[in-house]
Amino acid sequence: MNGVHDMGGTHGHGPIAPEDEKHEPLWHAPWEARMLGITRGMTYPKGFNIDRFRHIRELMPPALYLARSYYDHWYAVCVAALLNGGLATREEIKSGHAAPGSARRNDAARGDQVWQSQKTQGIFTRELTTPPLFAIGQRVRARNINPTGHTRLPRYVRGKLGVVRIHHGGHVFPDTNAHMQGEAPQHLYTVAFSMRELWGADASARDETCVDLWESYLEPA
Amino acid sequence: MNSIHDLGGMHGFGAIEAERDEPPFHEPWEGRAGGILEVMTFPAGFTVDRFRYLRETLRPDLYLTQTYYEQWIYIAEQVLLESGMISPEELARGKARPPKRTDAMRAAAVWSFLHDRTHSGRDLDQKPRFAIGQRVLARSMQPAGHTRLPRYARGKIGSIVSHHGAHVLPDASAHGRGDMPQHLYSVRFAARALWGENAHPRDSVHLDLWESYLEPA
Amino acid sequence: MSQHSHDHDLAHHHDIHAELPSDPALRVKALESLLTEKGLVDPAAIDAWIEIYESKIGPRNGAKVVAKAWVDPAYKQRLLSDGSKAIGELDFLGRQGQHIVAVENTPEVHNLVVCTLCSCYPLSVLGLPPAWYKSAPYRSRAVIDPRGVLKEFGLELPEHVKIRVWDSTAEVRYLVLPERPAGTEHLSEEQLAALVTRDSMIGVGKVSAK
Repeated sequence: MNGVHDMGGTHGHGPIAPEDEKHEPLWHAPWEARMLGITRGMTYPKGFNIDRFRHIRELMPPALYLARSYYDHWYAVCVAALLNGGLATREEIKSGHAAPGSARRNDAARGDQVWQSQKTQGIFTRELTTPPLFAIGQRVRARNINPTGHTRLPRYVRGKLGVVRIHHGGHVFPDTNAHMQGEAPQHLYTVAFSMRELWGADASARDETCVDLWESYLEPA
Repeated sequence: MNSIHDLGGMHGFGAIEAERDEPPFHEPWEGRAGGILEVMTFPAGFTVDRFRYLRETLRPDLYLTQTYYEQWIYIAEQVLLESGMISPEELARGKARPPKRTDAMRAAAVWSFLHDRTHSGRDLDQKPRFAIGQRVLARSMQPAGHTRLPRYARGKIGSIVSHHGAHVLPDASAHGRGDMPQHLYSVRFAARALWGENAHPRDSVHLDLWESYLEPA
Repeated sequence: MSQHSHDHDLAHHHDIHAELPSDPALRVKALESLLTEKGLVDPAAIDAWIEIYESKIGPRNGAKVVAKAWVDPAYKQRLLSDGSKAIGELDFLGRQGQHIVAVENTPEVHNLVVCTLCSCYPLSVLGLPPAWYKSAPYRSRAVIDPRGVLKEFGLELPEHVKIRVWDSTAEVRYLVLPERPAGTEHLSEEQLAALVTRDSMIGVGKVSAK
């Protein structure tokens, strides 16, 4: 979706103002650490996946997306996932307590399981039987598509001409996976676009931006 | 500038929520804000283009949450501060320091002010570069300052529908560089050229674009 | 103008807001009194401006233009070939309405007006724009999903109709000339004007005979 999250090339957000890496704490407040832990350890609705997580984040009201801090976004996603999945009610979220008499599950991930899942989960490569459509060095054009659902084709790349640099094999396709429509893996490529192609004649003649794009985002140039 | 105001083509803002029989002002303060920004004394050389640019500098989340006339207050504050017509201390404390001017627009002058015939058209010796019907490419450009070429049209091909004559160029006027008039054209872009093959085959979007925004296609 | 200097200005702008009340009513009051004290505004002029837009400049202007075009084919021709001149005949030109192009709806073509970049609107013929016209939902969707937008306003167009969206990027202002509804042949120009809605002149609605 063409949401406010799709920020590539936008202006107006102010200076980056990084904290010195020697001094920036892992957490700016204890709740951030708790939020990370909750996100990693909580029980999600059946079939939930990382692409769905990202899409739900993109559905935050745009002003909130811009105003709230990072781990606060994770809070928003977790709350939305719980409500949407019927795992909690609005009253429960607001009060911070389970409704009296409501059922209590006993299948939450334990500490050691959370650690294990860090090592085994998060693998998105899949075997494909169809050969890749594009070859290394081939010129391709990113398609001009404007899906209202989840996509990983940023607006600033659409319609632009690039060159395939790397072929990553088959990967879970976010545009379907985010909507619980299956993994539908596709060949994934790294495509290089010159800065001038992306931003116009005033941009650097030398530099480029590389973007990982699924096969259905591309057409031969 | 590629800021949040450049909203064309974005998703995620929800329903339009049109109010029936909406009054011109929802609160008295909105009328006061509207009136201030129209009839107050502006710095010499202030233009409608600078007005629009200043609004674009509003912090993006505030741009999306502050109501329309609330944003006009921000613009007034910026105009007054950047021109030095008001000091930060005066604004913060809400108390004026002398001297007091005596040349503010009077009530009796407001009607003719609103019917004033000054406009953005200018004479230009240079001939228009593009002809009616000609295919043109809206340039890919990313100015950090004010422009009226929305992102959704950049790099897209359209055709010239009409020529409006020469007009003040907002990209210059908003930044104190004078009128710098250029030929202005109405350009039609097929919906499919803008949004891809899922767009309606017969729909189009027309934009008024200055000559420097365009190249022959 | 460098991105760096621009960002520096932004930080400076935002400083002041820590010291100002957040309630807009309070801020406007303080601003008006400060400007009055400095002689930078005359409050009676503000009163006059409000009064003009509350009761004198509004969509009834545009409705008169539309009704005249419906009853007078020669005027309609003039309106479509030079909107500013024709609207000027009725003395409806003015601020944010100096250079007006009238765009005609037909059974094959439907026009819709938006300003994606801010809120440009033909004030002199339609008065002040409604909040929805200036909102992010309308500004973002009108150019990419005009049919969805019209549906939200209760208007569904047949498939064969071509939609033209006009994004008001310059000082040219657009006024939609809606189709005259059937069954109005017997009505006077004044009665016809009373039927013309503001929404039909933006393009989010059609005029009906009742």
